[in-house]
Amino acid sequence: MSPEFVIALTAALAACACALAGVFLVLRRMALMADAISHAILPGLVAGYWMARGPNVVAGFLGATAAGLLTVWLTEALTRSRRVKEDTAIGLVFPALFALGVLLVSRFFSNVHLDTDAVLFGEIAFAPLETWRIGGRDLGPTALWTLGGLTALNAGFLALFYKELKLSTFDPGLAAALGFAPVLLHYGLMGMVAVTTVGGFTAVGAILVIALIIVPPVTASLLTDRLPALVALSVAVGVAGALAGYGLAAFWDVSIGGMIVTVLGALFGATLLLAPRKGLVAQAVRRARQRRQFAREALLVHLATHEGTAAEDRECRPAHLQEELLWTAAMADRAVAEAQSAGLVAPVDAEGHLHLTDRGREMAAEVSRK
Amino acid sequence: MTNPVSVRDLTVAYEEKPVLWDADLEIPAGSLAAIIGPNGAGKSTLIKAILGLVPTAAGMVRLFGEPYAKVRKRVGYVPQRGSVDWDFPTSVLDVVMMGMYGRLGWVRRPGKAERERARECLREVGMEDYAGRQISQLSGGQQQRVFLARALAQDADLYFMDEPFAGVDATTERAIVAILKRLRDDGKTVLVVHHDLQTAPEYFDWAVLLNVRVMASGPMAATFTPDNLQRTYGGRIAFLK
Repeated sequence: MSPEFVIALTAALAACACALAGVFLVLRRMALMADAISHAILPGLVAGYWMARGPNVVAGFLGATAAGLLTVWLTEALTRSRRVKEDTAIGLVFPALFALGVLLVSRFFSNVHLDTDAVLFGEIAFAPLETWRIGGRDLGPTALWTLGGLTALNAGFLALFYKELKLSTFDPGLAAALGFAPVLLHYGLMGMVAVTTVGGFTAVGAILVIALIIVPPVTASLLTDRLPALVALSVAVGVAGALAGYGLAAFWDVSIGGMIVTVLGALFGATLLLAPRKGLVAQAVRRARQRRQFAREALLVHLATHEGTAAEDRECRPAHLQEELLWTAAMADRAVAEAQSAGLVAPVDAEGHLHLTDRGREMAAEVSRK
Repeated sequence: MTNPVSVRDLTVAYEEKPVLWDADLEIPAGSLAAIIGPNGAGKSTLIKAILGLVPTAAGMVRLFGEPYAKVRKRVGYVPQRGSVDWDFPTSVLDVVMMGMYGRLGWVRRPGKAERERARECLREVGMEDYAGRQISQLSGGQQQRVFLARALAQDADLYFMDEPFAGVDATTERAIVAILKRLRDDGKTVLVVHHDLQTAPEYFDWAVLLNVRVMASGPMAATFTPDNLQRTYGGRIAFLK
């Protein structure tokens, strides 16, 4: 395997694992929790390494998971005390745990290699170098094994508890009543986020991993209203961002993690603008169409109301529409022109009056009935 | 025969402030019961405490003579419509199928039989044309019908419904009442948190008057009396009538 291929595969697997962990996190409106967990696991990681007397993958995972669950529990305990709100509780808990981690690093590992830069910004470029050896046999890069394992773990968790996660996210009350232990599922999900965050370190570091967890599901949610499609699209967006990000980083010789997250941000921005139904452009087009339709209906009803009455001379002139319907001159002109070209309003007659055609009259009657 | 609902001394407190105090309750089989009381009387809390959804400070609950955990599959629950996330990416049919998750148990997925049954339930509430619809596109009344279809899919013997009439149109209200009465006529027991004193005697045959304590509970005619209402609502009842 060429080093480039290993790095690309590592990035893609990290994106997969993170996107899978992020889907239900985003659906539960707990995106901020990913942020908190990703920072707060530092003391767990350090404690794990300390107990294993060195950087050990398994000890690191266990310590980090414990710290992640502690973050969730502390945040919830603080919120339950009703002295602080949930967002405040998150903001209190994770810097405290992160600070503890920083202290532990400086106290116990000042002379050991535990590179804070690597934790914060990732070390994906070194992924091909560190390989896993058992009994002298080289099994290939460690990062591929851990991230591949994480992807399998997360996919397995979602596949196994898909229905339970869906119900407890949509309707926690019924989930509890039916005996589906929402608290257990919640902590299961949070544990999954914690281990995934540790894995994500390898790719993009503790700060940027949040983007890998949050951005793909949020982007996907702009594209679909169905849960299975949401999961698939999240993974697709994550992998696309990881591969394109790596390619561009190699091309411009910039930080791989930084580029991956930048590409993900660009994907989200483009989707926000251009998504077929939920995008801002589609929304603006829809609004404009509704506004035009409403203007046309208002014009028809207005003309129908005053047709043949004493006030007709005053009411049914193009200029009057501006004051009566509070339209700008441009809006009034356009509404009249459109209604005329649609054959609903006759051209202005000799006295300068607007008249409905037969079809326009029918439509006005129909609109009034609504 | 043991009653489907038997509650003794049920007490719920939030931070030492009782919201449900010493509630005793016996609901006979085949009742269509309304839980009636002013805002903050603990009506929802009563249901949630019976189903173990809020921690209880004291008391004993027996459903069909058993603890709730033993008879979950015989009990259906319809939470308040506002308590769920209607922007969740799923379809109407999928929500109705959730009613059958309890019977399926952990891990097992719903299949063709569940899909068929869910369609039947949607038909019963007049929503069969909406099966594929994304749930965020439903009106309040339609949401409530979907919830009712989900309850039917639970195929329970005892139902707890939290304000099924809140924010629904008149047609939906009539449709819901018809289904509740049919459930009762099929021998099921239904407890409903209800707000509207005007319609209570017409819709229900059993009344539970609640204001933190159970003020009265019994057959509608004997229980829904001006005297009992006065005790439940305090001075406010004069204004309501």
